[in-house]
Amino acid sequence: MKKLFLILAGLTALFLAYATYLALKVAPTDALQGDVYRIIYYHVPSAWTAFLLFFINFIASVQYLARTKASLQKAVQWFVIGIGVVGVIATFLPQVQALLPTGMRPSAVATTVLAIPAFYFLLGWKFPGDRMDMLALTAAEVGVVFCTIVLVTGPIWARPVWGIWWAPGDIRLTSTLVLWLIYVSYLVLRRFSSSAQTQIIAAALAVFGALDVPLVYFSIWFFRTQHPQPVIGGGGSMDPRMLHTLLISWMAFLCFAFLICWSRFRLELLKREAEQAEAMESLVGAGTAAKASLPLSRSAR
Amino acid sequence: MTENPAQSAIIVSGVVKQFGRFAALRGVSAEFDAGKFHAILGDNGAGKTTLLRALAGLAHPTQGTIRMFGQDPQDSSREIGYMAHPSLLYDEMSGMENLRYFARLYEIAGDERCAEVIRAVGLDPQLTRPVGQYSQGMRQRMSLARAILHHPKLLLLDEPFSNVDVHSAREMVILLKNMRGSGKTIFVVTHQALLLDGVADEFVWMQEGRIVDRTAAPVRAGEAL
Amino acid sequence: MNSFWAVTTATLVKDIRLEWRSKDALNSMLFFSLLVVVIFVFSFDPLAEESRHIVGGLVWIAFLFAAVVALNQTWARELRNQVLDAYRVSPAPANGLFLAKTLGNFIFVCVLEALMAPLFVIFYNLHVLGPAWQLVPIALLGTWALVVNGTFFAAMSLRTRNREIMLPLLLFPVSIPAVIGMVAGTTAILTGENSAHFYIVLLLTYDVVFTTASLALFKTILHAE
Repeated sequence: MKKLFLILAGLTALFLAYATYLALKVAPTDALQGDVYRIIYYHVPSAWTAFLLFFINFIASVQYLARTKASLQKAVQWFVIGIGVVGVIATFLPQVQALLPTGMRPSAVATTVLAIPAFYFLLGWKFPGDRMDMLALTAAEVGVVFCTIVLVTGPIWARPVWGIWWAPGDIRLTSTLVLWLIYVSYLVLRRFSSSAQTQIIAAALAVFGALDVPLVYFSIWFFRTQHPQPVIGGGGSMDPRMLHTLLISWMAFLCFAFLICWSRFRLELLKREAEQAEAMESLVGAGTAAKASLPLSRSAR
Repeated sequence: MTENPAQSAIIVSGVVKQFGRFAALRGVSAEFDAGKFHAILGDNGAGKTTLLRALAGLAHPTQGTIRMFGQDPQDSSREIGYMAHPSLLYDEMSGMENLRYFARLYEIAGDERCAEVIRAVGLDPQLTRPVGQYSQGMRQRMSLARAILHHPKLLLLDEPFSNVDVHSAREMVILLKNMRGSGKTIFVVTHQALLLDGVADEFVWMQEGRIVDRTAAPVRAGEAL
Repeated sequence: MNSFWAVTTATLVKDIRLEWRSKDALNSMLFFSLLVVVIFVFSFDPLAEESRHIVGGLVWIAFLFAAVVALNQTWARELRNQVLDAYRVSPAPANGLFLAKTLGNFIFVCVLEALMAPLFVIFYNLHVLGPAWQLVPIALLGTWALVVNGTFFAAMSLRTRNREIMLPLLLFPVSIPAVIGMVAGTTAILTGENSAHFYIVLLLTYDVVFTTASLALFKTILHAE
């Protein structure tokens, strides 16, 4: 395990270096914004990584809640399959295709919708029992870090380019801020809750947060249409080299995020094992010796 | 304690209860008969309260299972009457008002049952004084009334006699004896084992999160009480 | 279903009766609301030209403060004497209890708003330029949005180390879309510059989504140790 981690760490470092090289040297200078725009190669990949991690937290939280009851778990599984099936079929219906923004291909939407059941079952398989909760916690923590990067780089970008630090109607930045707030409150709850059921309570909060996100988006969207906003540019197509750099940057960030999540997950795993070992310390006697085995980690032997 | 599993009302298997780094229950396995009066004894920190709460469905075992009349404790809530050292009553309402409210939670209509149980514990249903102004003995008795309001099959009482005057304690013991006589299963956690001598059918001894002995009288071999 | 409404009404009536008897929360909250309005009047000049544009925000921030203080009291009586354990052990549907508490908070906060709103009108010399009747659905839906999540998060916070601060900490981020709806909607009506129609729909959607989520998940929260 440790060797694999080191190898991946090395590869990630190289990858990040390559992405930085592309971002600073290879990508062409923007016609309107000059070199300042290059912060996009930090800002946007961080955002996509953060959203992916929050999505993982949401799926993990729903699964963790569903697992509390066998009947509920089955119901949710069918529901998730249903979402996948309905979503894929819907994207090929002409009525739905008419609603899609221009340039968005139905197959792309279908693939994104399929990601939901795919993630659900993949995570369900790979993270049994308590591990699902550890995954949720890990994803939330690392997600908050990347989200912070987005919120810091956003104003840094906006100020020289558009003259203002923050635009209240900027739907993406404001939605990201609310998402950040929700997840920070999630982490605070986990830290300060002394309940034995903290994990379930936190999972419930994550579900609430996820339900909130579309509402946030729409409320700001409508608010923006009613109030004149400073024109934040960014329309028009992107130079293919820029897109290429952006995607490479994102891949590099994902590798990096994966490594951090892996470390954090291991840390949490070991911490819980240590707690359990301490609690079971004086467990002796026939019949109870078997109970002393720790169900958490495969490498505990 | 019986050969016939159908007689066992409550089956506890390998229950571990962990609070962070502390395990209050460290593998408790036992079977308890229906219709019997079990007293649970042990030092502070032995896990008595945790076991009782687990039986009531208030504490979820970290490992292991509890089956009660074939179901999980949380599904048997109609059959369970629970009483603890806090009174589980609203201080600002009178005894009758409290019970009337809890009767609604158990879908019991009318006042007769409430008045009946209040009298059964030796208190006056007409008393308008808020429960917060009761003496400890009265409060415990009213709490017991609340616990038996809905004719539960199983009574779980956590230290019902502590800080209670002798008269109230004796009244409660008599009531419990009668209830056991009418087929109820009773668990009482107590430090005052002598009160239950001759009343309880068995004494369950706990130590450091495990059941270490089960006797018919409140004495353990080689141990002073 | 019968028992759900029975439990809800019984609990709501009990809470109102208890609140009416003691009146301590009511009196202090009323005075607190008055103080909040006065502080705002001193901080934001009522004579300024733009005051009509910001009053929508001021009013709802004031309501939000009052609501948080009220919400922190939601479970106070149930925590004393661990009455909440009595609920957990009973077969009464958990979301009956939740709905009753939410309705109680809703009524309470509406009373506070009914007191504070006229004060704002007086101090800020408000004339409503848009359709004034639309303020009613905005007020009702907005208050429900705060109260339904607030009651739920108050229950979540019960077992946290700093309960009072945890409630606003959890409530505010999730309430942002509702706050936008309330504030923007109120401003739209006061200034008459825009239609509040969308905001009313937004608040309605918000209320439906989170009331459903709260009712679905409350049992899990209630039974948390």
